[in-house]
Amino acid sequence: MKNYTFNGLIGGVLIALLLAVALLGLFWTPYDPMKLSFTARLAAPSAEHWLGTDEFGRDVLSRLIVGARASVWIGFLTVSLAAIAGTLIGLVSGYARGWVDAVIMAVNNALLAFPGILLALGLLAVFGANQYGIIFALGIAYTPSMARVVRGAVLSLREREFIEASKIMGNSELFTMMRHILPNCLAPITVLATSMFGWAILSESALSFLGLGVPPPAPTWGNMLAAGRPFIEQAVWLGLFPGLCIALTLLGINLLGDALRDKLDPRMRGLK
Amino acid sequence: MLRFILNRLFMALPTVVIVSITVFALIRFIPGDPAALMLGDMAEPAQIAEMRSELGLDKSLPEQFLIWGGNVLTGDFGKSIVSGEPVLKLVVSHFAVSAQIVLVAVFLASLIAVPAGVIAAWRQNSLTDLALVGTATVLLSIPTFWLGLLLLLFFGLKLGWLPVLGYVSIGDNLVGGLLYLVLPVMTLVIHEMGVLIRMARASTLEVLRLDYITHARAKGLSESAVLWKHAFKNAFGPTWTMIGLILGNLLGGIAVIETVFTIPGLGRLMVDAIFQRDYPVIQGCLLFVALSYVLVNLIVDLLYPLFDPRVVAE
Repeated sequence: MKNYTFNGLIGGVLIALLLAVALLGLFWTPYDPMKLSFTARLAAPSAEHWLGTDEFGRDVLSRLIVGARASVWIGFLTVSLAAIAGTLIGLVSGYARGWVDAVIMAVNNALLAFPGILLALGLLAVFGANQYGIIFALGIAYTPSMARVVRGAVLSLREREFIEASKIMGNSELFTMMRHILPNCLAPITVLATSMFGWAILSESALSFLGLGVPPPAPTWGNMLAAGRPFIEQAVWLGLFPGLCIALTLLGINLLGDALRDKLDPRMRGLK
Repeated sequence: MLRFILNRLFMALPTVVIVSITVFALIRFIPGDPAALMLGDMAEPAQIAEMRSELGLDKSLPEQFLIWGGNVLTGDFGKSIVSGEPVLKLVVSHFAVSAQIVLVAVFLASLIAVPAGVIAAWRQNSLTDLALVGTATVLLSIPTFWLGLLLLLFFGLKLGWLPVLGYVSIGDNLVGGLLYLVLPVMTLVIHEMGVLIRMARASTLEVLRLDYITHARAKGLSESAVLWKHAFKNAFGPTWTMIGLILGNLLGGIAVIETVFTIPGLGRLMVDAIFQRDYPVIQGCLLFVALSYVLVNLIVDLLYPLFDPRVVAE
């Protein structure tokens, strides 16, 4: 148990750091992340440019800071979209039951039958490869997982006495749903949303790496890795730092997610 | 047993139908007229209209879907707009390349990770356990494309042991072909080990708490007999399901690995098709991967009773 709280703390610190850097990027970066400098092309890390410069002489640290902002923003909007849509669908499906539930879940399960980022790739072809295309594509692709989890929680909750009590007291279905069922679904929603934030950041960087994400020159960790790839032999830092940022972010989310799951998911309580 | 098999097959049917409808609908939502796109900027409106009727685009959507579905059932996935080749041929040849990498990687990863996870669970909260879980969590957090890039940099560029660019099929040149597969397979093995160690550990932990394990220990069985004969047999089920999910997820997400190592696989085919707006190929790839995912999970489900006969009874 102690180890898990400690790990959760490390995760929390990593994520707090990410958010702080993303926030900082709104106001300040060491250099202009877009400013080209032909005299400082592919400069190694130094006192002047802490993490070196890229093939256009742009400061890598400044671009990573702006990239953090892009990752956090895309992750936040994606998770919000999936959480809101998925929760609504899950609530309706779990509460209505009958044929409404059957139809919604048939479609939902079919969407879950698309592996990994495949559905997101297909949706990107529809929305176009840009920042908002990614958010919609990933948000829609993640919605079915959220809907399934919320529906499961609703189905087990609605048989409980306090829901019965609320109805006997004369509360409307809508009131019961919002006041009693939804708050009790928040734990599984939080656990899943935390993992989703990680999936979104990873998928965004993967799509940007493929050239289907945020188009250059706007910096994201994924497109910085893709752009730096041809130069990694002379300029190792171009391949090193953006990937390190993604890995540390994901590590933070995984550690935080494990700790949250231990704390919030009652099924896991007996295990530790 | 037969009822179990038929039941699982029947359950997969609606999924297949809705997946096909989704893929079909997705492509129709892409902005732009495929006919105009195929003919280029200089086309006359009459030519476009003729092309539309030739492609069946002037019919109603349900009609188009039925025609398309019928063609797919007979193996006709259409032709690539860019190269004119039959889509099915393209998809199958690229799929073979991706599948060999994914299958070998998942097999090797399971071979290492499952025993590691079981041992971690057996030694819960010991230093071994902490080290294994810690390593697994770190491995899980490293994106495959970055890991691949680092391995390429180290083994390919710095040490010069393995080829950096290009691809040779093992059918053409066995040894040369294998050399090109080492790094992509290694990348996937390292990454998937993270997932599998954690899964195997969690499901083993759950089993180790049960009374029959205490009973097995109490009657004096050796620890290795308790662990491998009693605990492992019951604990492997969830991990087996996870292996199936990983297989499918890798097929869907292999594009990044294929981009890092310049491998002409299915993922790369699809990404290129998206760049070139080659609708029939995008459609073919989506459908093919989604259906293989359904199939892989079906096979995993059908083999599940081998590890846990209880599911048949339920």
